[in-house]
Amino acid sequence: MTSNDGGYFGQFGVDGALLERVLGRALSRGGDLADLFFQHETSTAIGLEDGEVNRAFGRVELGCGIRVVVGDQTGYAFSEDLAADALLRAADTAAAIADSGAAVAPRGFRALETPDLYPVAREWSQVGADERIPLLTKIDERCRALDPRVRKVTVSFADAERHVMVVTSGGVVAEDSQPMTRMVVGVTAEQDGLRQSNSANVAAREGIGFYDGERLEALARKAVDRTVILFEAVRPPAGELPVVLAAGSSGILLHEAIGHGLEADHNRKRISIFADMIGQKVAEPFVSIVDDGTHPHMRGSINVDDEGNAVEQTVLVDGGVLRGYLHDRISADHYGVPVTGSGRRQSFRYPPLPRMRNTYMLPGPHTRDEIIASVDRGILAESFTNGQVQIGAGDFTFYIKNGWLIEGGKLVRPIKDANIIGNGPDVLRKVTMVADDLELDDSGWTCGKDGQMVPVGLGLPTTLVSSITVGGVNG
Amino acid sequence: MGDLLDRATSALALARELGIDDVALSLERDRTVEVSFRDGSLENLRESTSMGLTATLFQDGRYSSSSTCDLRPDALRAFLGRAAEFTALLAPDPHRGLAEPSLYEGQAEVDLRQVDPGYASLDPGRQLALAGALQGSAADGEHVISATGTAVDAHGERALVTSNGFAGEEEGTAFWIGAQVTVGDGVDRRPAGSWWAATAHHGELPPATEVGQEALERALRQRGSGPAGTLRCPMVVENVVARRLLATLLGPLSGQALQQHRSFLEGKQGQPVASPALTLVDDPLIPAGLASRLFDSEGIAARALPLIEAGILRNYLLDTYYARKLGRKPTTGGPSNLVVTPGDRGLDGLLADADGGMLVTSFLGGNSDPTTGDYSFGVRGHRIEGGALGAPFSEMNITGSLPRLMERLAAVGDDPYPYASQLVPSLLFEDVQFSGL
Repeated sequence: MTSNDGGYFGQFGVDGALLERVLGRALSRGGDLADLFFQHETSTAIGLEDGEVNRAFGRVELGCGIRVVVGDQTGYAFSEDLAADALLRAADTAAAIADSGAAVAPRGFRALETPDLYPVAREWSQVGADERIPLLTKIDERCRALDPRVRKVTVSFADAERHVMVVTSGGVVAEDSQPMTRMVVGVTAEQDGLRQSNSANVAAREGIGFYDGERLEALARKAVDRTVILFEAVRPPAGELPVVLAAGSSGILLHEAIGHGLEADHNRKRISIFADMIGQKVAEPFVSIVDDGTHPHMRGSINVDDEGNAVEQTVLVDGGVLRGYLHDRISADHYGVPVTGSGRRQSFRYPPLPRMRNTYMLPGPHTRDEIIASVDRGILAESFTNGQVQIGAGDFTFYIKNGWLIEGGKLVRPIKDANIIGNGPDVLRKVTMVADDLELDDSGWTCGKDGQMVPVGLGLPTTLVSSITVGGVNG
Repeated sequence: MGDLLDRATSALALARELGIDDVALSLERDRTVEVSFRDGSLENLRESTSMGLTATLFQDGRYSSSSTCDLRPDALRAFLGRAAEFTALLAPDPHRGLAEPSLYEGQAEVDLRQVDPGYASLDPGRQLALAGALQGSAADGEHVISATGTAVDAHGERALVTSNGFAGEEEGTAFWIGAQVTVGDGVDRRPAGSWWAATAHHGELPPATEVGQEALERALRQRGSGPAGTLRCPMVVENVVARRLLATLLGPLSGQALQQHRSFLEGKQGQPVASPALTLVDDPLIPAGLASRLFDSEGIAARALPLIEAGILRNYLLDTYYARKLGRKPTTGGPSNLVVTPGDRGLDGLLADADGGMLVTSFLGGNSDPTTGDYSFGVRGHRIEGGALGAPFSEMNITGSLPRLMERLAAVGDDPYPYASQLVPSLLFEDVQFSGL
């Protein structure tokens, strides 16, 4: 991009001269760095209930967030109006964090070269309601056809087209178009007067072509299977048990047990339980964990982060040894290390923070059958709804919606509704077997931190945690 | 104020010009200033002013709701046009429509004191001083690794107009202060404690130093915690977190859950769903309440709505659409201030009745199934030893069924935390399954 071009945002009157002016104003009281984050996003959701697609929801977001950083201090303001006077006012507000002479603003910008991880044949704004609606009715029909116990089906289908441009005081401009889609299917079934409900979903940075017949069929089947099996499910026993985590969405274990604790802001503030553990052995040698923003079309992938940095696959644990943190620019400067492309934000209304992208464990030496056969009395966890962590204490949880009781090395009975609670470093040490069957989850996880939600991905091979506290019922 | 209602009214005229006849338009404007101090210096200064319009269309029973913050006249016209075009392709639904105009009538004639009259003239340095005092008092002790103090001032306005005759606007202020402290436990864990308070009037906030010190004490009390054994025992849930349990009832009380058969409370109106100790009211008319309002998001005049009285389920949360689908009268689709009628003993009294049990002071993760009522939550807190606060515990779960749990509510404290929109006292439950070692 040249100095005279506003890129995608040129249509809103943004040009190079304006960017120079606004950055200059942001740095008028000093500051180590400043950046502008422009966002234009159109999102749509339609819903099916009682057999009809009879509701739609839309949202348009347009604005620019302005950040000024001095050391570890941040001044932040945003404007929903991209006119020069509104942007300059926001820049003045953000500049209030600094209190010295003006810092030098860039003259002209160079464009960051970015990969193209999520091309789509047609952007969502080019896809009509008439193309979306049949996908939902198809799912509804399939769910009802798959099992006569199905009483109610709801389908929610959401898509978004987000255009962003990051402009930094280092003279870099980065632009990206970030598609997203997610389909959620809810099923309620009835048997002998009892009711059970459950859901399944898929999500990706994809276009309408993502929803082929096979994917819709698999999604309908998953939603129905997960629901009707609840009629046979019991609560697991209470207390400490071995837990086998099925390949795929069990990656929520990594997200909560270690991922959040390795976000560098918690470590530069010394409030993470992992703050002094870099270089230490934290797990068995067959445990390697990465946070990867570069996986094509995956929900947590990004061509550029929200601070204008290139994105990478970051190694968190390598052969059982803790290797690194997830950095944003503030923490990278604090530690004097390269950024990892982990600076993310919910929208232009928020400053960026170090965040996960897609977090997964690499394949290990064992097999799924071996792992299940090794458990005398425990559970297999298959589907999850949510998780949480306390960064400093290290305690984390995740909630199992579906799973199996294991006895004598065999799956004997479905289980449901159990919260799992453990301590991050303690549970990492208790990962005693990892299978060769890494699966990246295709469902849509959303991670919350400091009131900001961002889309993330997860993955795990079948993994054994030798002992962890299971929320169950005795007697 | 005033200009929002004018702008919403103009948007209604524009919508009519575009052939959109059945529509509700709401316009909101919020300003928030957040200041935080960490470890002795200013860390974050964040200021936001935001305005957005939401257009809810009911075109011959075809329904959509869209929002935008791009309010330039041409953009707004294009936005409404696209919304109408998109909506026309949906299936019509005979139950969709604006609220009955009769429900707009009878707004309470009461001063809700939603706005701090001193808001506009507050000293800009006040927030800095507050955040500094919160942080300073939170850091004032042994074992402290890091302490943060945050002060937030917020001002919000909204206007709602509907094509069947509703026009209203409201304004409110909110002030939030909080502190978070991380302490070393002497080994490798770094437990954190936090405390906070929120009010509609800045003069009614408790002293910042009290909030900071409470955060520190809570962090220090957790040093050395770990799981206790697996057991069934009485459970006291502290006032500030008890709302987490009651929030599990709101989903199952909603019209959508009832109509979609995803509610264990379906068909229970007039029947016992909790012990007689529980009375739960949605009360939007509390003066200076943080979630107080004169009308709800559909324009329905706000009134106190008993949800559960002495254990009997009295009312569901029904918006116009699901009420029509269920053949019932609407109440409101969205709750406001949730109030549990207090009992006559303080936390100490409840602890004395729960000897050998557990006091839960925070929840961590977990979930509940709205259809069956099965729940499992992570908890931490203290053992109750000799009828008083004992050793801390962490890494435990409570698991069971919400209907059983609510039946086993043995006593309600007299201590709702006043600085919140949910006024819930401490609660004592009998015979709860804890999972630990």
